[in-house]
Amino acid sequence: MAFLSSLVNGLSLGSIYAIIALGYTMVYGIAKMLNFAHGDVIMVGAYIAFCGAQYWGLPPVMCVLTAMLVCTVLGVTIERLAYRPLRQATSLAVLITAIGMSYLLQNLALQIWGANPKSFPVDLVALPGFTLFGGQLRISGVTLVTVLANIVIMAALTFFTSRTKLGKAMRCVSEDRGAAELMGISVNRTISLTFAIGSALAAIAGVLLCSAYPTLQPTTGSMPGIKAFTAAVFGGIGSIPGAMVGGLLLGIIEILSRAYISTELADAIVFAVLIVVLLVKPTGLLGKQVREKV
Amino acid sequence: MSEMNQQELLLKVNDIHVYYGAIHAIKGVSFEVRKNEIVALIGANGAGKSTTLNTVAGLLKPRSGTITFKGENVTAVPASKMVFRGLALCPEGRRIFQQMTVRENLEMGAYSRPNAEIEQAMENVFGRFPRLKEREKQVAGTLSGGEQQMLAMGRALMARPELLMLDEPSMGLAPILVEQIFDIIRELHESGATILLVEQNAQMALSVADRAYVLETGSIGMSGPAKQLLNDDAVRRAYLGH
Repeated sequence: MAFLSSLVNGLSLGSIYAIIALGYTMVYGIAKMLNFAHGDVIMVGAYIAFCGAQYWGLPPVMCVLTAMLVCTVLGVTIERLAYRPLRQATSLAVLITAIGMSYLLQNLALQIWGANPKSFPVDLVALPGFTLFGGQLRISGVTLVTVLANIVIMAALTFFTSRTKLGKAMRCVSEDRGAAELMGISVNRTISLTFAIGSALAAIAGVLLCSAYPTLQPTTGSMPGIKAFTAAVFGGIGSIPGAMVGGLLLGIIEILSRAYISTELADAIVFAVLIVVLLVKPTGLLGKQVREKV
Repeated sequence: MSEMNQQELLLKVNDIHVYYGAIHAIKGVSFEVRKNEIVALIGANGAGKSTTLNTVAGLLKPRSGTITFKGENVTAVPASKMVFRGLALCPEGRRIFQQMTVRENLEMGAYSRPNAEIEQAMENVFGRFPRLKEREKQVAGTLSGGEQQMLAMGRALMARPELLMLDEPSMGLAPILVEQIFDIIRELHESGATILLVEQNAQMALSVADRAYVLETGSIGMSGPAKQLLNDDAVRRAYLGH
């Protein structure tokens, strides 16, 4: 039963990683860049939700929606101001800018909210929890919400990219930017939309993360951000189902390692598994084989 | 020729200069396309044929010179807006969306059109390319080279362009498929399409075109009615291999 309980915890953490990884993977797929500030957008989302509940007296749903709105605007603004001018620049320049943006967000958070950790209201998004097997396995409300949110987001994104005109246009830009332009698709607007979606998801991830691990500080987003990036690579960067699979597996591996091998080594084990996967399958679990252009 | 000149002027390219970084790729190219014409741009590899088409399509910006389409200056209009104005490019190397289905590729071709028109346009394209109808649900990357070329042309036609630009439609295809593609170009012409055709296969291009321009390292060499160029000794020696 302890194993099942760990599995559920892993599923819950993995769902959070998956939601964050979607942001990384979509931005990578469309804009061909690694947005290392993505983890810090999560942190901003969590702070906004925290303020909503603590200072502005908003109901839980409004806290989450406000966080999503602020993060969407933030993500689109970051892209517009920091990344778009570098559209023709080398990928290294964009990467360094993204790292700079990450620190900028952390320092701004430090300015606004201070260094003291805030304790996030754990019951913000909780449904009533329940127990299974005569009380031996407890599923908390936060876990339930997290797993459900992940399923809904995944279904919505799959529908969006496979059924809607805008979503298909996004796939075109991801595959061949020039050809997409010839169809009449605006690449800049598509990239903005990608950042908007990714950042709104980051806000949700921030709320879920801090509901499960309720210590909120300016660096809260960095480690989950890096883990989710790993999850995205693990599943195959650029692939939406890959982010899902990668995130879930990463969360489960991390929690099981923590429970059965060593708490201290859990992160090392996670990255070791990533290395093994990449050695066997360099494009990640569900990564697309990128064919060389003739 | 005189008869052609009475047709409405659709595209006028006037003395454009295009650079790739420091490389002066197009050095003052001028030409025009009138309604219902097939105009061919022929020339050797690297003469600047594709660069010229990409510039007209708005993918590249000329450093100087003007491009006029339907009487409007479109020199600075980006590619994503040109298709809304009635110009479609079927690019070199086809560049279909390999991971999307045939149907999705065609839908994306009509991105610039109202949704209500898509089904009708798709029926038209399927009528012209029955093979695409058979492969409707197939992922485009799994099509043969000839089918991919048909898909690329069908996708461009989905935009219902007033000017269709075809960049090397015969590239990498077996002779029998080249014949097929050129038959389709003829049919399109007969149904009233205006086509700007870039080809390395000068023989085929000149046989379908009304007029042609010969590009030589970034500028226009000869030009004239296609029949006349087909019989010109210098053109024959340089581009037709006999």
